[in-house]
Amino acid sequence: MTELTCIVCPVGCRIRVDRDGNGLKITGNGCPRGLTYAREEMTAPQRTLTAVVEVAGSDCMLPVKTKVAIPKAKIWAAMQEIKAITVHPPVTIGQVLKEDLAGSGVALVATGTIDQDEKRENL
Amino acid sequence: MLNTKEVDLVVVGGGPAGMAAAVAASEAGVEAIVLIERQARLGGILPQCIHNGFGLRFFKEELTGPEYAHRFMLELEKHPGIEVKTGTMVIKVTADRQVMTVSAAEGLVCYQARAVILAMGCRERPRGAINIPGTRPAGIYTAGSLQYLMNIEGFLPGRTAVILGSGDIGLIMARRLTLEGIQVKAVLELMPYSNGLNRNVVQCLEDFKIPLYLSHTVTAIHGQKRVEKVSVAPVGADLKPLVEKGFDLACDTLVLSVGLIPENELSLQAGVELDPATGGPVVDSFYHTTVEGIFACGNVAHVHDLVDDVSTESAIAGRAAAAYLRGEIRGTRWLPVKAGRNIRSVVPQRIVTGQATPLYIRARFPERDVLLQVGRGRSRRRIVSPGETIYYTVKPEEISETDGWIGVSLEGGEIDD
Repeated sequence: MTELTCIVCPVGCRIRVDRDGNGLKITGNGCPRGLTYAREEMTAPQRTLTAVVEVAGSDCMLPVKTKVAIPKAKIWAAMQEIKAITVHPPVTIGQVLKEDLAGSGVALVATGTIDQDEKRENL
Repeated sequence: MLNTKEVDLVVVGGGPAGMAAAVAASEAGVEAIVLIERQARLGGILPQCIHNGFGLRFFKEELTGPEYAHRFMLELEKHPGIEVKTGTMVIKVTADRQVMTVSAAEGLVCYQARAVILAMGCRERPRGAINIPGTRPAGIYTAGSLQYLMNIEGFLPGRTAVILGSGDIGLIMARRLTLEGIQVKAVLELMPYSNGLNRNVVQCLEDFKIPLYLSHTVTAIHGQKRVEKVSVAPVGADLKPLVEKGFDLACDTLVLSVGLIPENELSLQAGVELDPATGGPVVDSFYHTTVEGIFACGNVAHVHDLVDDVSTESAIAGRAAAAYLRGEIRGTRWLPVKAGRNIRSVVPQRIVTGQATPLYIRARFPERDVLLQVGRGRSRRRIVSPGETIYYTVKPEEISETDGWIGVSLEGGEIDD
């Protein structure tokens, strides 16, 4: 038996997972998303990764995220790739900054906008 | 001669609360709205909250802080009646709704508003507020300041950190520091339970094997120019440190996540009554304060767990301000809330009769299997904790005017260890 705290939403349901033959018996989830979360957490855990990247010519950073969750095991490799990125303005929210981050098949996207001549005082 | 402008509504603060309130008021027909923001840009705290987890309740999708703010900025652009004044500081609000502002661009400007919405948010409790003994070296940050330095300005604070307090920002920063290569040696929490959301304990600490020491605190900060180490000790049931059981943790950075305080200097000037339990104004179901025509919403009213709730509540305040300007919701009947067993605070504090009111309730201590009682209403709850809002919408039929008040309590629970 494993007890998980669901991280899909702020309710944080405590989900119980039992081995049931070859499958998993999942109870305590408040919604279907919790079922998916518990199954993934037990087999192939995933997380959305967020960070910031440097912007050439600006004192401000640009916030970024993986477009969808990536395997937990790839988070460190993904961070190394993110740290090496410098973007050049303008950048628009939602813009893909790097395809296939750390071989995850998932793109890194901008979660903020930086105009051509954005300077520190605008943030 | 002082420049005075007459407007329908002034919203003080351009964070999530102010933006949502202004948009809702405009949608409800208010024409001349001024949204005043002290910083050079809108969004409040959201641009530095680069993590995901926002928007699940309000937008039904998962967003980061900057993305959540962006949604509201797009909404604001659709409302030409909202004049946005960034880089403008409100220095005074009076009970007759004069709002005195100052900015580099326009100097002193006074707005005479027919209604005011207070949305100034909250501030972090600093080291001085909790009196940690020791030296005063560099390397001590509040979690929100550190979040700004790392996520907006791109600075790293040090190499090894200890975090005091398990509020959500502290937990989020534990993960953020770790991802940037800074070793987080421990998160210390004075209380025997975490003050943050459970999911943040899981995804920020457990994911990265960061130890959480419950019932522990920092008893001394060491170092002359820079933090060199902190002394840590467990605390007894009376929350006093058991120094003889203490130990030292070497670190060059101490991060404080020890609570948020609603920022109500302007509210007090205007004569608004504050609730000592929340630190924010006493409000009714319309988020109307005790001063006629002045409303309050968001973290200035009470500290929220989720920005989604701020948006929902602020939209109520915005629509209510519009109704007030039409001459409605004046002299409405309300009953006061009376906090009973294991209730720290309830917002709104005054419940308008004859309508449903969503309540934000906070428990004093964690419990399992409790019965939440609100007036005549009953609801079972599996787990309650001071770190997590208890939601309940009280219906008109659960309120009895003859009682004279509405009792809120948690009954029959077992203390959760």
